[in-house]
Amino acid sequence: MNEITFTLNGKKVTLSARGDTRFLDILRKELGLTGPKEGCGEGECGACAVFVDDRLVNSCILPLAAVSGSKVLTIEGYRQTKRYEILETAFLKEGATQCGICTPGMIMAAQNILSQNAHPSEEEIREGLSGNLCRCTGYNMIVKAIRRASKSGDGPW
Amino acid sequence: MVKNVIPSSYQEALKILASGKYRIINGGTDMMVRHRNWAETPPKFKQDILHIHNLSELNDISEEEDILRIGGAVTLDRLLAHPKTPGVMKECLRLFASPAIRNVATLAGNLANASPAGDLILILYLLDARIVIESLGEKKILPVDKVVTGPSKTVLMPEEIIKAIDIPIGVAKQTYFVKVGGRRADAISKVSFAAVYSFDSDVLKDIRMTLGAVNVTVIRDKAFEQTLIGLSKKALMTRKPDILKHYEPLIRPIDDQRSNKRYRKRVALNLIGDFITRIGG
Repeated sequence: MNEITFTLNGKKVTLSARGDTRFLDILRKELGLTGPKEGCGEGECGACAVFVDDRLVNSCILPLAAVSGSKVLTIEGYRQTKRYEILETAFLKEGATQCGICTPGMIMAAQNILSQNAHPSEEEIREGLSGNLCRCTGYNMIVKAIRRASKSGDGPW
Repeated sequence: MVKNVIPSSYQEALKILASGKYRIINGGTDMMVRHRNWAETPPKFKQDILHIHNLSELNDISEEEDILRIGGAVTLDRLLAHPKTPGVMKECLRLFASPAIRNVATLAGNLANASPAGDLILILYLLDARIVIESLGEKKILPVDKVVTGPSKTVLMPEEIIKAIDIPIGVAKQTYFVKVGGRRADAISKVSFAAVYSFDSDVLKDIRMTLGAVNVTVIRDKAFEQTLIGLSKKALMTRKPDILKHYEPLIRPIDDQRSNKRYRKRVALNLIGDFITRIGG
């Protein structure tokens, strides 16, 4: 067992678990945060995406040890922000959500795209979403939603 | 039960590895999938695990004369962002997996994994990378083609760690990289081809070609490349059938879930042909 300490959505967390435990399982089972989803379990679909030290990662293939001493942000923490509100509105307006499984990961990927470039081109948005799978929308509505968010949210990004 | 160690210093890591009982997780984007267990259960590792992501000695990118030294735990996003990373490596990195994986995966991890389809290994062969390998009290530097020995096989011993990867910079400015996968992003290659070259007006000064996913490891024939140097563009085009004939027997792909032998061989030869036509035509 390893004792691991990290900051989760602004609060310090210390827990004892095997260092190779999938971080997604820690979030969902130990900490009750069920926003991050398990889609593929092998880093292909991005439904489990979270930020570790401001970098987008797939928590289903991240060993717990890797977050030791880090700052973790999940969709539950991100919900509290103004940026989330802008993205939520944009996703609703463009119909970018259907079944919803991919949505937490899509929102995190959208934040990742916009935080690096407040005015991404369509190509840049698609590249930024290349690690996220959606089986409902066909992606076009998600791309449009992110474009809308980038226009309406000039200040925040 | 599998033991996990997060060492606080590089020296401590070397001491732990000296026991010969540990496996290194260096990013883990392949290891965690390969040893995947049922959903909601920890992965099935057979050996104790050493986590090295936080060791500062392995996290630098530095420039020494005409060498770029990339630390063993440097992640791919950092490599992509670095101004001195060679262009052909950046081309490869942009198509490598997805942003979230590039934020965790490492160059040294991709090499140690030694997948025949490992795209970055191709680039390491192309640029004559040298691998800095260390164990407690011992250090050696090997050319990359002496490190990879077969599918998932390297000369690395359990006591050893890839401390850094040295890449000569400013080699050849002209590049060509093609990855053939099931889709454009986040795909494992069916076939990949990378080349660098330079001309002095009409005379070929440097040419290097590598093929991935079509043999047990990367195909590169340095002796053959030498026979092309000094050719004019026209002479190179005339040699095109010979060039294809030379590489044909070296291309020995397999059938697997991603593709099949016939397709891989055809595409690999087409890529070589297309490359020659583009630079000589």
